[in-house]
Amino acid sequence: MSTESAPGPQTGVAQDLQQGPRIAVSALVTNLREYGLVLALIAIMVFFQFTTSGTLFKPVNLSNLVQQNSFIIVMALGMLLVIVSGHIDLSVGSVAGFIGALAAMMMVIWPLGPLSNPLVVSIICLIVGGAIGAAQGYWIAYHRIPSFIVTLAGMLIFRGICQALLGGGSSVGPLPVGFKALSSGFIPDLIGPLTLIPPTVNAAGKTIVGSGLTLHLTTIVIGLVAVLAYAYFGLRARRTREKHGYEAEPFSLFVVKTLVISALALFLVYQFATYRGLPIVLMVMGVLIALFVFVTKRMTIGRRIYAMGGNAKAAQLSGIKTERLTLMVFINMGVLSALGGLIIAARLGQAVPAAGLGSELDVIAAVFIGGASAMGGVGQVIGAVVGGFIMGVMNNGMSIMGVNVDWQQVVKGLVLLGAVVFDVYNKNKA
Amino acid sequence: MASTILEMRDITKTFPGVKALSNVKLMVEEGEIHAVVGENGAGKSTLMKVLSGVYPSGTYDGQIIYRGDECHFKGIHDSERKGIVIIHQELALVPMLSIAENIFLGNEHARYGVIDWNANETRTSALLKKVGLKEDPNTLITNIGVGKQQLVEIAKALSKEVKLLILDEPTASLSEKDSQALLDLLLEFKRQGITSILISHKLNEVNRVADKVTIIRDGRTIETLAKKDISEDRIITSMVGRSLDDRYPPREPKIGETVLEVKNWSVYHPIHAERQVIKGINLNARKGEVVGIAGLMGAGRTEFAMSLFGRSYGRRITGEAFLNGKPIDVSSVSKAVEHGIAYVTEDRKTYGLNLIDHIKHNITLANLPGVSRHGVIDDLRELSVANDYRGRTNIRASSVYQMTGNLSGGNQQKVVLSKWLFANPEVLILDEPTRGIDVGAKYEIYTIIARLASEGKAIIVISSEMPELLGITDRIYVMNEGRIVGEMAASDASQEKIMRAIVRGEGKAS
Repeated sequence: MSTESAPGPQTGVAQDLQQGPRIAVSALVTNLREYGLVLALIAIMVFFQFTTSGTLFKPVNLSNLVQQNSFIIVMALGMLLVIVSGHIDLSVGSVAGFIGALAAMMMVIWPLGPLSNPLVVSIICLIVGGAIGAAQGYWIAYHRIPSFIVTLAGMLIFRGICQALLGGGSSVGPLPVGFKALSSGFIPDLIGPLTLIPPTVNAAGKTIVGSGLTLHLTTIVIGLVAVLAYAYFGLRARRTREKHGYEAEPFSLFVVKTLVISALALFLVYQFATYRGLPIVLMVMGVLIALFVFVTKRMTIGRRIYAMGGNAKAAQLSGIKTERLTLMVFINMGVLSALGGLIIAARLGQAVPAAGLGSELDVIAAVFIGGASAMGGVGQVIGAVVGGFIMGVMNNGMSIMGVNVDWQQVVKGLVLLGAVVFDVYNKNKA
Repeated sequence: MASTILEMRDITKTFPGVKALSNVKLMVEEGEIHAVVGENGAGKSTLMKVLSGVYPSGTYDGQIIYRGDECHFKGIHDSERKGIVIIHQELALVPMLSIAENIFLGNEHARYGVIDWNANETRTSALLKKVGLKEDPNTLITNIGVGKQQLVEIAKALSKEVKLLILDEPTASLSEKDSQALLDLLLEFKRQGITSILISHKLNEVNRVADKVTIIRDGRTIETLAKKDISEDRIITSMVGRSLDDRYPPREPKIGETVLEVKNWSVYHPIHAERQVIKGINLNARKGEVVGIAGLMGAGRTEFAMSLFGRSYGRRITGEAFLNGKPIDVSSVSKAVEHGIAYVTEDRKTYGLNLIDHIKHNITLANLPGVSRHGVIDDLRELSVANDYRGRTNIRASSVYQMTGNLSGGNQQKVVLSKWLFANPEVLILDEPTRGIDVGAKYEIYTIIARLASEGKAIIVISSEMPELLGITDRIYVMNEGRIVGEMAASDASQEKIMRAIVRGEGKAS
């Protein structure tokens, strides 16, 4: 802060004494706001850990939680860019439903021969999703039709096509096992399991299910590498800022933050390792999150999206092609909606007419809980992801507690409102 | 005709860092048309906002005495209740409502909240007759021209039983014919006993209708002239007669080859397709030269610059642009930037900055490839670029991570300038580069301009402040109503000469 100012000899000591704690406090306040969301997630998790008498963090439940909510987070990544650029997309749930139906028809009903291979079908579906995004984005970007209206139309259109494809109210399935692995599969243990405590064998020579302790070693290794990389890059970025004389965050706070997040991550990884390892869908999600963090923080296209959302006219007069950029944001959203649709279908093992119904609201809520501004220009990928997890943990925890679905909605609504009010209040205070 | 209807005594109004009005006096007599003239930014509109209560009592010093009573208007409603109605430069009509709805907006003939449309329409018809407007009261505002909209505003004022009508640049966007009709209407009102204050810088109009003229300059009353003393020369001298001291950094121009040449540039209005805004402009700027474009508000200077900068304004743009003798394509902003043209907007908050992002991101926005490789931004390089330009333009902020929205006007302007300097243009167009910033920051901006010129850039400065143009430029074009109406070396130019070119140009156009 003001370390350059040379205070006079008389006032120097007194100022130093006041300055020290004041800097620490103000840094804590600013950073609390930044990490408040993570703390909120942790608090919610701890709360449900108690109220569900320890069920929440059970390895089986953690896997379920990830598999049930991953599609929300995947779509929230696209929605974040849409909202940052100053738009909204209400069609994502319907597009996901439609893509799920399309995938099921291609794999199960239509005689496509080798083309019905799950991988080929998935790729085609992602392309179709991108085309849907382009079709909607075209009207929004080049004809300046409000995104609310275009995507509201899309929401109706694609839900309709989804139902029509499935022939009314019926569902199509079962989907091939290879395809279902996208949601319910786990990464193979390439290194091999590590048996810490051998399972108990009873008198009849059969092992007792759930006894002993075997770790999925590949999972552990991936977890350790990820945590080390996180700490390394955090430290490196910090060094760079220090070298240029800009670092607002005290080192102690950085260490505490890194340790807490690493410990939490390692704990979760360990839990997964004692079960069947990391779910494939979690890996997909992790890679996408890393990619979107990189795009938004480090790439010119990300920077341009934020600039466009912050002030579209100024961005345009700075040579940014705002129309094309808007189109690309919606194409991206379309592809991720399609991926979300594939994940939903893979988890259910079939395509149903109501797949993804209403999920656009969960996705949008996740982004806003994560601190994005409805005015555009503000929002972080990590915020949206944490927001998604907050929604997911609440869904999961309340279900285990046996809270009625009606009341679950009430609670989720209150949390959304509370999070945004908290954010606005903080911003006004700043 | 002798009683004084309004007296404003020693009005002083300060904004943070700027004294907009200091001890302004204005005496208006019952039944006269009193013109208030002055350069842009002299304080005319501020004075009228004080009078009408837009700036409430207590935010300024001085007294307002209206019909013998001292008034403390807390808002525009207070002044309207007393019969003082102001019609602003930007019309305050709702485009998608009808004439009748607009006239009685907020003031509807209603009973228990239910509007009596018949009463409204009948009264509207009567009012429209008074102002000489032959339109159905149910016509939507958006479907009538600007001249007629102006009349609707006046009818709206009449509906409030106006005693003192204030018109702020009423003819700025009107055609010659509409302007004449409007002035005739003012004379008609005068016969009916309505007092008017007319703010204008069109001296021929003032000459024609005003009984008295008060001249304001730099927030001070210079003099009030009676009808017999009114002459254009006298007004011009009073408007601009200020001494040029060393408010401008010294500079030794080294002028080279022509860098930018624009030939026969014409532009039509983006909405009113038949209105030609820019009419065949020819202009050039040379290496190391600072070229000024003078003119009054609405002369088309910004429109010209923005149409040249990637067609950011207007339709049906024709004409040619050459850079170093070669024709260039400036059909999009990115192409214009590629060809080395930069435009620093007059409205930095709306068009210049992302106010919710920090200085660093704003500075690099127009030249992201300059701090990135394969689309990946090099954080270190970006930070050093931002710090470098922060030093060069002397941006006062705690760090480059400060939000631009929290900076003062002068520092914001320096951020916008830095952004375009980093884009490394050959031609830099600066539109009102010192508008709304304090004197100290102005000097810094002038210094930057001088340095850029000495580095060999061609600089075009659009400014409504004539002393500024005379102080920093080498050559001045005078624009009026979309045309270049004069060109002079800065050494030969004077404020009188510029003003004369504008006034004469206006005469020609009619």
